[in-house]
Amino acid sequence: MFPKVLMVQQTLRQKLEILADAAKYDASCASSGTAKKNSLGGKGVGSTEGMGICHAYAPDGRCISLLKLLLTNHCIFDCHYCINRKSSNVARARFTPQEVVDLTLNFYRRNYIEGLFLSSGIVKSANHTMEQMVEVARILREEHDFRGYIHLKTIPEADAEIIHEAGLYADRVSINVELPTRAGLTRLAPDKNESQIEGAMGRTKARIIQAKDERKRFRHAPRFAPAGQSTQMIVGADDANDTAIIGKASRLYGSFGLRRVYYSAFSPIPDASAVLPLKRPPLLREHRLYQSDWLMRFYGFAPGEVADAAEADGNLPLDIDPKLAWALKFRANFPVDVNRAAKEQLLRVPGLGTTAVGRILAARRHRTLRLDDVARLTASIAKVRPFICALDWRPTLLTDRADLRGLLTPKQEQLELF
Amino acid sequence: MTAQKRLGRNVSLGAHYAVHLPAPDDFAFWRERARGLIQCDVPPDRVSWIEPGGTGDLFAAEGPSRGEKRLPAPPADAPPVRASQRFLAVARSTALHTDPARFGLLYRVLWRLQRNPRLMEDKADPEVRRIEELAKAVRRDAHKMHAFVRFREVAEEDGTPHFVAWFEPDHHIVRAEAAFFMRRFANMRWSILTPRGSVHWDGETMHEGPPARRSDAPSGDPVEDLWRSYYASIFNPARLKVGAMLSEMPKKYWKNLPEAELIPQLIAGAQAKEAQMVSSGSLDMGEKPATLAGVDKAIHTCRNCPIGELDNHAVMGEGPIGAALMIVGEQPGDQEDVAGRPFVGPAGQLLDEYLVRAGIDRSAAYVTNTVKHFKFVWKGKRRLHQSPGAKEIDTCRWWLEAEREIVKPRLVLALGASAARGLLGRTVSISKARGAPLALEDGGELWVTAHPSYLLRLDGEAHETQAALFASDLAAVKERLEELAG
Repeated sequence: MFPKVLMVQQTLRQKLEILADAAKYDASCASSGTAKKNSLGGKGVGSTEGMGICHAYAPDGRCISLLKLLLTNHCIFDCHYCINRKSSNVARARFTPQEVVDLTLNFYRRNYIEGLFLSSGIVKSANHTMEQMVEVARILREEHDFRGYIHLKTIPEADAEIIHEAGLYADRVSINVELPTRAGLTRLAPDKNESQIEGAMGRTKARIIQAKDERKRFRHAPRFAPAGQSTQMIVGADDANDTAIIGKASRLYGSFGLRRVYYSAFSPIPDASAVLPLKRPPLLREHRLYQSDWLMRFYGFAPGEVADAAEADGNLPLDIDPKLAWALKFRANFPVDVNRAAKEQLLRVPGLGTTAVGRILAARRHRTLRLDDVARLTASIAKVRPFICALDWRPTLLTDRADLRGLLTPKQEQLELF
Repeated sequence: MTAQKRLGRNVSLGAHYAVHLPAPDDFAFWRERARGLIQCDVPPDRVSWIEPGGTGDLFAAEGPSRGEKRLPAPPADAPPVRASQRFLAVARSTALHTDPARFGLLYRVLWRLQRNPRLMEDKADPEVRRIEELAKAVRRDAHKMHAFVRFREVAEEDGTPHFVAWFEPDHHIVRAEAAFFMRRFANMRWSILTPRGSVHWDGETMHEGPPARRSDAPSGDPVEDLWRSYYASIFNPARLKVGAMLSEMPKKYWKNLPEAELIPQLIAGAQAKEAQMVSSGSLDMGEKPATLAGVDKAIHTCRNCPIGELDNHAVMGEGPIGAALMIVGEQPGDQEDVAGRPFVGPAGQLLDEYLVRAGIDRSAAYVTNTVKHFKFVWKGKRRLHQSPGAKEIDTCRWWLEAEREIVKPRLVLALGASAARGLLGRTVSISKARGAPLALEDGGELWVTAHPSYLLRLDGEAHETQAALFASDLAAVKERLEELAG
């Protein structure tokens, strides 16, 4: 009934195993988009040059860019989806701030990582925990002049002043909204509160804007979270459908100026609570949500339009991507003439990404494009063909065929033993 | 204008030139020579570009050996050579590729750029596409170098740490990328050794060295054990996606990555590990039984929490299907465990008394427990009651929900905090929650009151107060049942 307390002294390696294991449910590992800095003229190590670097990939296909750790996985909260909830039976451990600092620097010097992503279970109080996390960042920045990337997960229940301090040391701060609906949050995370979470996100947004403005006036004004803030939503732990999730994400982007909303497909956790669904959602669902997120951010789709691509149950189809689903539903918009259409129209063609559209726009100033030319500019012409016209190509009846979806749906592939 | 005049004074008609590059990655040298040749109007098929140890441009019209090594001097009035910024950026990268045709290709595009300044925009042009592809391959190689260089620490004679890495790039990128590592590790002493040459940074200046062998680099570093532990722990076996990993971290890099040796065993263990996660998480409890007999049978074999492993028997609820009222206690006690029926011990007798007083017919209600097995510790010869943990309650909720779905009561009465958690999935305070209905997830109606055993433990004034509250809660439930019956 009580968490297993290991009476023997844990080694650093044991702590690392427990607290890295506990951190793997955080999806974000981004290390990009922060202010440029390097260690020339400093005392320590570290640089950030805009583009993030993935130093390794785990067999789950996810990039390892940051040392992702929990300061501790002891927690006074009891959120059902979380492996570290109070009532869970997992092994517990706790780092001192100095131990996290040493690990970060030792890994960084060997070029294993871009920096640190620190989160924590809540011990004693939200403020106490947040202070400990800020202390890690302070030692790294002030005592070791560390100029790599730091991402701090902030605790919305902590005082605004401590969160402010976190933003002064970190490149990015994030607060998890956890679940797409208020009802889901109340049910699965009884200790959390939607208005408190959104209040903290609102204050962080204001601080980021203020700091940017001050830097325009004073060159030495302190930076505040130059890589912005992000959040994470768990998909499939409650019954919210994709339409609801997309709606929530677009409100979050709009209201809080978020850099990213991460979607994390609920995955079976050891020692799970029986309130949770028995089946995990297909990983593909998470992928489809990211694709729809991209459609809104880079392809000019309104949230309502992405929702239109969903099926009757409000979920996006799993067998085809949301852009193709939208195109198949609204065929009157196609075919699009690659030699004349506006950028906005080209971006809606399934199979044409932002890069391919850029290439088409540049190339058509020099020549009238044929289907072969388009084929050279895109990854796969087969997918694009039914939706475009070129100098020597017209899809005629193809666009209107009733079985078009079947023709374009990727064939199921049997995985081979590795 | 005659051909001779256009070509300039020092260019002989029909001459073929051979340019020998001092190093395979010397873009500045190529740029300077190419500029002069363009100014002399030397067409691409009259130039061979030869890197050290190479045989030159295979596409050149004539063999390089016959080419002139003395290049013509450009006329003083030659117009400046122009190229778009995009070309310059692409050419810098393309020059580092290992393709022996790269310099000739670049010269051809530069030549064509003089006639068509916007040539680089035409992404459908085969030569433009080709140099873009080469540049992309070089950028990817550089990016992988930033990512996959792994330093190992050795102590120098003076005691200062020296970080040494062995890396095998595909292209001539080592000198170009040294600056990245200098900016990042400016205050560290480091060396990167490769088969294409080495770079060394001592904290102040950069030195270049000859090609190295793997055996020149240190063979290990104690921190690598910690790194491997991290790699294995951050991996989520429930999300195996080997293809995604291989596309970003191809096998050719594995031999120089200390963590990669774990990959085969992590993949092999993943399915087993996920199955273990699921079973230890009690997630896979199968289908919910559709009949009370089915639930009864299933709980007797349930071992999804440690209580089921104790020396006890499952106790099934009892009462009619379709009962308007469902009464839920905490767990069977010593006597219930022996009798195999709920609420027959002291607390059950007390409950019966209060139910009679409130006018509630127990035989018409469905009576059950949140946790189906008796949790206890031995104290001498006695089995002493232990409260179930939140985890155990949440696990056993599965069976309680199954009973509720079959019986379909109109009102559920939870006795005590454990029962309330079992029904709500969260912990509530009895003193705050009692006296008014709460909504269950599926819309059912829940009333919460204390457990009768609580009354047994109190005496004096506290007992009076709590007994009155308990009685009034039951009276309110009775009233509500009559309302619901209409």
